[in-house]
Amino acid sequence: MTSKRTGFYAAVVAGIVALVAVPQTMDMFTVMQLTGFVAMAVFALSQGFVWGFAGIMSFGQAAFLGLGAYSYAVAAINFGESTPAMAVGILVPVIFAGLLGYFMFYGRISDAYVGVITMTTSIILFNLINSTSGDAYRVGEAALGGFNGIPSVPTLNIPGDPEAVLDPNQLWYVTMGCLILCYIALHAVLRSRFGAVTVAIRENETRVTLLGYDARFYKLVAFMFSAAVAGLAGCLYTNWGAYISPTIFALAISAQAIIFVLVGGLGTLIGPILGAFVLQWLMSSVGQQSVLDANLVMGAVLIVFVLLVPKGVVPLIRDTLWPMLQHRFGARSSLEKEAHE
Amino acid sequence: MELTGLLAYNILVGIGTLVLITIGLGVIFGMMKIINLAHGEFMMIGAYTVVLATGAGVNIWISMFLLAPLVSGLLGLITERLLMRHLYGRMIDTMLATWGLSLLIIGAITVIFGNQTRGISSPVGNMSIGRFDVGLHGMVIVLTAIGALAAVACVLKFTKLGLIVRATMQNSAMASALGVAPKRVYMGTFATGTALAGLAGGVLAPISGVAPTMGAAYIAKAFITVLGGGPAIVTGTGLASTLFSPINEIVSFKATPIIGEVAMLVAAIIIVRLLPQGITGRFFRRSL
Repeated sequence: MTSKRTGFYAAVVAGIVALVAVPQTMDMFTVMQLTGFVAMAVFALSQGFVWGFAGIMSFGQAAFLGLGAYSYAVAAINFGESTPAMAVGILVPVIFAGLLGYFMFYGRISDAYVGVITMTTSIILFNLINSTSGDAYRVGEAALGGFNGIPSVPTLNIPGDPEAVLDPNQLWYVTMGCLILCYIALHAVLRSRFGAVTVAIRENETRVTLLGYDARFYKLVAFMFSAAVAGLAGCLYTNWGAYISPTIFALAISAQAIIFVLVGGLGTLIGPILGAFVLQWLMSSVGQQSVLDANLVMGAVLIVFVLLVPKGVVPLIRDTLWPMLQHRFGARSSLEKEAHE
Repeated sequence: MELTGLLAYNILVGIGTLVLITIGLGVIFGMMKIINLAHGEFMMIGAYTVVLATGAGVNIWISMFLLAPLVSGLLGLITERLLMRHLYGRMIDTMLATWGLSLLIIGAITVIFGNQTRGISSPVGNMSIGRFDVGLHGMVIVLTAIGALAAVACVLKFTKLGLIVRATMQNSAMASALGVAPKRVYMGTFATGTALAGLAGGVLAPISGVAPTMGAAYIAKAFITVLGGGPAIVTGTGLASTLFSPINEIVSFKATPIIGEVAMLVAAIIIVRLLPQGITGRFFRRSL
């Protein structure tokens, strides 16, 4: 338990060091690239929470990312001010997750069905947004733009002052700050009574229900919580590019989140973040040369990890390699002791 | 009146299309309780087979009904041997693995054949319903769907193979004790499911663009139909298709095809709330 807490503090300190150090030491281009990575790391965190801790097979997490991104874009264009737009961008996915989750969890459907329904929902949202070209599809002043997406979305400004738009370095501070806050907040949720019950449901839903907890309710709230984090990631992602298109709803984006979590480590919070950084770096280097297709690489990574490392890298190191090393040295020292005796 | 006729024809073709794109998924789900997320990509392989084979001069009927299922089925067989058989009993991992496979196939086909959409024309012409011209290819789809559904039903009900398959489906441990090799049955089932996907892709190729990402256009509807249908392969697929197609076509007719798809999804979500196991999880439980 203590080692877990040490890990948490170490991660927070490392995050704060990165928060301060990156703009000081790196050029503008790298800072901007890393800001995009961080936004997707927040997204990976939402997937890591809902799948790894609540045990909900959300295979369409991109639906919430996209809803957050689009709601933010539409609200920011209409309000001309980014702060309330952020709130809208988080609230809309939460409400949507509440509705969808109600039907899924109160129907008590199996895990496979949850996976398929979430996935189908994201596919259909993708098709829906894709078809919204033309003047008929406007929300206030914002044209949804169909396949072309929404160009020149107003980016974050200092609250209350729409003229004071943040520069890339400030955007880095906000994005990275959000990642650290989300990490701390999810950690706090998991340490709370609510988190304990949620994890217990993942382990044995029947037993928890027999103890008098309404598993459906806990699952629903956890699902909505993950949608809030994914929505925030959507806001940050839109701010990073100042542009949003329907591809954010694509299955490949949901698959990315799954892969980040699977590679980094299921049932940890730091794993998804590390997975997101390493794999995005990998994918951006693949993207720069044209021989390998990004889908090809992602698919191969997914298959290899499901077959060979189904728990991910962080738990592999924590549960297998680390004890093995300890055991090795521990065993040797005890043998030595016996020899001495 | 003509409009009603047109709508009725569209609903009929819609039912046929749903049956056709779902039956392969349903065979694998009903038998093995696995959702094959690469289903759309096996369809896409079937469609590419048809485009390439007809391009090479093969008769289009042969490529649609023979080559497309053959190629997809062989690929499914290879997939089962290399990938799926390591993952039986780990339902979520099988879904993830097939998802990875789906991305892998999309990527591979994009690298090999490029990103552009290819077309192929239907071997049959048009017919008219009053003022409206409709493609006769819809009838090809409906007949193929009926054929596929009937074939699966007959094999399951009347052959010894079908008996073994049904026994394994009900109680694989008992079947295994009686000398059946469930692994063989699973292998055959997976190959059959992917072959049916290939057939669907091949038959639908003339009315849809053939591109690496074409699977995504059908997969949402196929998932919805399987969810609504529940565990019985033939009855479930048939009933759910008959239920969802009118919803889809009527809403599409009043609004847009995309809204029609949304209406189908909403209907499916409500059905799943009322009948968590799908229609055949509650009704017609003893059917195939």
